Amino acid sequence: MYKTGKVLTVTLASILVCSSVVAGEWSGYAGLEFRGFTQTAQESRQDHSTNFSFVFEPEYYREWDKGNQSIAFVPFVRLDENDNERTHYDIRELTYLKVAETWELRLGIRKVFWGVTEFQHLVDIINQTDLVENLDTEDKLGQPMINFALIKDWGTVDLFVMPYFRERNFPGTSGRLRTLPHIDKDRSRFESAAKEKRIDLAARYSHYFGDWDIGISHFYGTSRDPRLLLSIDNSGNPFFIPFYDIINQTSLDIQATKGNMLWKLEALHRSGQATTYNAIAAGFEYTFVGIMETAIDLGLLSEYHYDDRGESSTSTFEDDIALGARFAFNDAQSSEALLGLVWDRNTGGKFFNIEASRRIADSWLLELQGRFFFNQKTSDPAIAFNRDDYVELFLTYNF
Amino acid sequence: MKITSTLAILLSLLLNTAYAETPEEKGLAIAIEADTRDTGWTDQTANMNMVLKNKQGDTSTRTMGITTLEVNGDGDKSLIIFDNPRDVKGTAFLSHTHSLTPDDQWLYLPALKRVKRISSSNKSGPFVGSEYAYEDLASQEVEKYKYKWLRDEAIDGRDSFVIERFPQYEHSGYTRQIVWLDKEMYQPVKLDFYDRKNAQLKTLRFLDYKQYLDQYWRPGRMEMTNHQTGKSTTLAWADYQFKNGLTDRNFDKNTLKRAR
Repeated sequence: MYKTGKVLTVTLASILVCSSVVAGEWSGYAGLEFRGFTQTAQESRQDHSTNFSFVFEPEYYREWDKGNQSIAFVPFVRLDENDNERTHYDIRELTYLKVAETWELRLGIRKVFWGVTEFQHLVDIINQTDLVENLDTEDKLGQPMINFALIKDWGTVDLFVMPYFRERNFPGTSGRLRTLPHIDKDRSRFESAAKEKRIDLAARYSHYFGDWDIGISHFYGTSRDPRLLLSIDNSGNPFFIPFYDIINQTSLDIQATKGNMLWKLEALHRSGQATTYNAIAAGFEYTFVGIMETAIDLGLLSEYHYDDRGESSTSTFEDDIALGARFAFNDAQSSEALLGLVWDRNTGGKFFNIEASRRIADSWLLELQGRFFFNQKTSDPAIAFNRDDYVELFLTYNF
Repeated sequence: MKITSTLAILLSLLLNTAYAETPEEKGLAIAIEADTRDTGWTDQTANMNMVLKNKQGDTSTRTMGITTLEVNGDGDKSLIIFDNPRDVKGTAFLSHTHSLTPDDQWLYLPALKRVKRISSSNKSGPFVGSEYAYEDLASQEVEKYKYKWLRDEAIDGRDSFVIERFPQYEHSGYTRQIVWLDKEMYQPVKLDFYDRKNAQLKTLRFLDYKQYLDQYWRPGRMEMTNHQTGKSTTLAWADYQFKNGLTDRNFDKNTLKRAR
């Protein structure tokens, strides 16, 4: 796949073979996804209104040394009916972990999450987004890294050395939920002469003080989200070139847990990507426990998202208010539902989102997702999805 | 807590000899004795199989590993790692419990690799859709209740103290509980729960007790029946192990993140 990946694969594969002390275990899921789009696409090349997709993500895990050493291997594959770019594979995880009393060392490919807010994961930067998977940016490509964590009573310091950069995945020309015009990943440009081989660095301090959980992070490396440069091919058709700048980003994430109220703040300062800018995501989640004398919990969420680049922001969250309602049914089927509305205060554009899930048998989970876009203005990057309202059903078999 | 417990025992012994003991004093003294006898196990690991059953008899199963660290002077720390159903495999729940203030709780979501601090003022809510509330499974500290000894009574042929206890935690889902405490083991064999309207809500039976390390009694099975809904949940415990050398480090956010 790529050189660093190969070296790691070989190293970890040999550990895998050598460490035949305890038998490892396999788990994972296979799933079938159906998407139905309510409107015809903006471009004729995206000529489908229904789409089937198959996904498989097994996981191998083995530990020894009383659990103080372990390896995990998580390959991933998706086969998509209509979009060649969405048909893809990845190594989500291939890690060796060593745990000691005051430190932890991780070598290999893995995923790291930072942050507290729900509608946008502003400060989460270690992994590249696997954007062909879902618009919510929660699916990530495996990131090769050396991660050393120093664990003391005064907090945890994580240091990351990332020897290989993963380019963002974008839907292909025939895919839905893509930009207009499309993005040509093969013509990506980098600020660094070393391109993907530039070594990125990050550090994070995290701890909790009573009911406050905080994280302070710095990232120095190739930006995970590219700027999109408009270009024209030989036949005169426009397309976007992803441009990956070298950035410095300092960020803060805080959550205060006060009874049924969770207060959340994420903030960042970024330089190196055209203009230096600041962005925040802040809000709360309040949970009503056992509403109307049932076992159902209702959580109400509200967040404000701001990016001081305003209209020129590459983010769709530049001056947006988000409202949400989360239902946890607390039943045997673990039924859940989340409704969300994001309102762009500048353009008046609205985005409505529904996510629900229910276990339908011991090993089977059914998920429903719906995303709808209203009143998008041409100035908003979200205009690209204006005719891509869809409803998704996702059935997984978990083993 | 240890010192206060000892003092309280001495005090209750003194009072015992000098004065007639009130039912409240007797209830408290029994609770303290039960707590004292169950002190010193340091840490514990066990596997739990949970079977949920509805009124129609449909069942669903959860399995999880539970690790607990004994904390003197505060509530215990515990880490629960789910194994079944498979869609939640690897989901882990870390709890630093406290007697009268809300616990510190974090949830680990393996798909996102996300650690989430969660609200814990709700100890009365159902645990993973079962008939157990979080507070039913949390560590039983003496300070969590006020006590009143009601009577001595044999249950299943075993001599027991019958004690009424009143939760002191303001968000508790119960007005009171009645516990049948075995006189030999100083462990509960039956527990009746009364809801906020003081109507009988649930009954919990503790079965198949076994003694570990010549001191600590643990049930092999716990059966909770909800009288108002007709639903029930059975817990089967296995592989109890004590004094595994665990420390606070095994119950921090870093450990939660690599829970399996």
